Amino acid sequence: MLLEVEGLDVRYGRNHAIRALDLELAEGEIVTVLGANGAGKSSLLKAVQGTVKPAAGAVRLNGETVTGWSSPKRVRAGLTLVPEGRQIFVSLTVHENLQMGAYSRSDNVEREIDDIYQRFPNLAARRDMLASVLSGGEQQMLAISRALLARPRIMMLDEPSLGLSPILVQSLFDLIGDLNRDGLTILLVEQNTHMALQTAHRGYVLELGATVLSGTAEELLADDRLEEAYLGGN
Amino acid sequence: MSGYLESQLIILCLNVIYAYGIFLPAASGQLNLGAAGFITIGAYSSAWINASGAPMYIAIPASMLFCAAIAFTIAFPILRTRGVYMVLATFAFAEVVAGLIINLEFLGAAAGYPVESHADYLVVVPVTILVVLLCFFLMSTRLGLAMRSIHDDEAVATLFGVDVRLAKVAAFTLGAALMSLGGALYGHHYNYIETQTFNVLLSIYILLYVLLGGTQTAWGPLVGAAFFTVVPEALRQIATASGHAWIADSRFIFFGAIIVLMMVFRPEGLVTRTMVDRAATPFGGGRSGAAPAARTA
Repeated sequence: MLLEVEGLDVRYGRNHAIRALDLELAEGEIVTVLGANGAGKSSLLKAVQGTVKPAAGAVRLNGETVTGWSSPKRVRAGLTLVPEGRQIFVSLTVHENLQMGAYSRSDNVEREIDDIYQRFPNLAARRDMLASVLSGGEQQMLAISRALLARPRIMMLDEPSLGLSPILVQSLFDLIGDLNRDGLTILLVEQNTHMALQTAHRGYVLELGATVLSGTAEELLADDRLEEAYLGGN
Repeated sequence: MSGYLESQLIILCLNVIYAYGIFLPAASGQLNLGAAGFITIGAYSSAWINASGAPMYIAIPASMLFCAAIAFTIAFPILRTRGVYMVLATFAFAEVVAGLIINLEFLGAAAGYPVESHADYLVVVPVTILVVLLCFFLMSTRLGLAMRSIHDDEAVATLFGVDVRLAKVAAFTLGAALMSLGGALYGHHYNYIETQTFNVLLSIYILLYVLLGGTQTAWGPLVGAAFFTVVPEALRQIATASGHAWIADSRFIFFGAIIVLMMVFRPEGLVTRTMVDRAATPFGGGRSGAAPAARTA
């Protein structure tokens, strides 16, 4: 397994965000984590990325336990998170945002940045503008491109479709599929259940920090309990 | 050079150096109101080392190292605070420094401390130019990029492998070393120092130079310090020469009004990123669409 999460517990004070969660992600997979607001999806990504310390449990990358590693060290090991709400650097230019993506690398990335510009001509046209002038869709492309430049082994996306128009959501999920076909392993947290399950191979459904349902995308799409998890089966 | 012009030039240079010392932490999102403390340390330590027999060109770098070491040590507790709390913590630090020196007999205590070696403008001006170039260079490096990304969003900078703590400590420490340099030059130029000169008003002015000049580019502190050093003095000169002495007396009212207007209409400072980019590409730039659309920023 490329990524294994075992018995993960995350607490914020008395609030128990994640309870004894297990999750696996194989090389080349897209796995989606679904659930209502407050189900613990973002906490899971933060614990895997290392910005939140788990109370218990282990995170293993390619068999190696990374639970005690700092966030920068995990980035260098190939774990990259595209945060919720895109969070581009608004007072840096588009080009500098891309350079920030490659911050943890010491090799020359200008050719890879050129490849990004080929893929997203809109970003190329705005390379020297402040990223704050980009539209929501362009910002999401920039956020994903920036993450790609970290050369991730696993890209984690936290609700990337949030606040995008339906057409942009479609092209976003097309992009996620394309990146996966190019060999990228993806852990996708989403509220847009339908789109996520159409793109992903497998999924986990969280409720109050624990897995209530898991299986292949087809199984989950056919399962009535999926709706219950959202409508508050508690 | 006339004595008057030289004295004004020295004040301008010192203000520019101080401003860069505050700019470095400010560019990474930290508000430092402790300028007076670092300047005091620089002025007194260089003067003391000089008095102990070392020449000025050794005393000044030594004082910078000493001040950097102090800044590095206090950076860890101080950088745990943010925003207005950091302003208070750095202010408190400067007060502690002043309180300490005023009680140290071997540094002259309240009577002030004479400084032996003299530094005229032939020393101060080239050093200032070096400081400006160094800061421009620094902002173009990886550390500069990291500092600006921290200014925007600390949490996301972490996601891309920036060691936020390290970058902040580096910016704070380098800034302190620059202020120490400014303080040392002050001492060696005027050949007399007392703690009362480096008071909280000085810290406030320097922070204002930086915030009003703009923290987005390395031009900000240069323009801010130059503007707020030259304009009040020019107002005073013009007022005296034209016989309207009341303007000279009330020039700080104009000055205050300018500051309030700036805060309202241009909170990001006089010099912004977009402005510098546009100035660098006056004919629309080599890359399609870059300059015209920048106007919408």
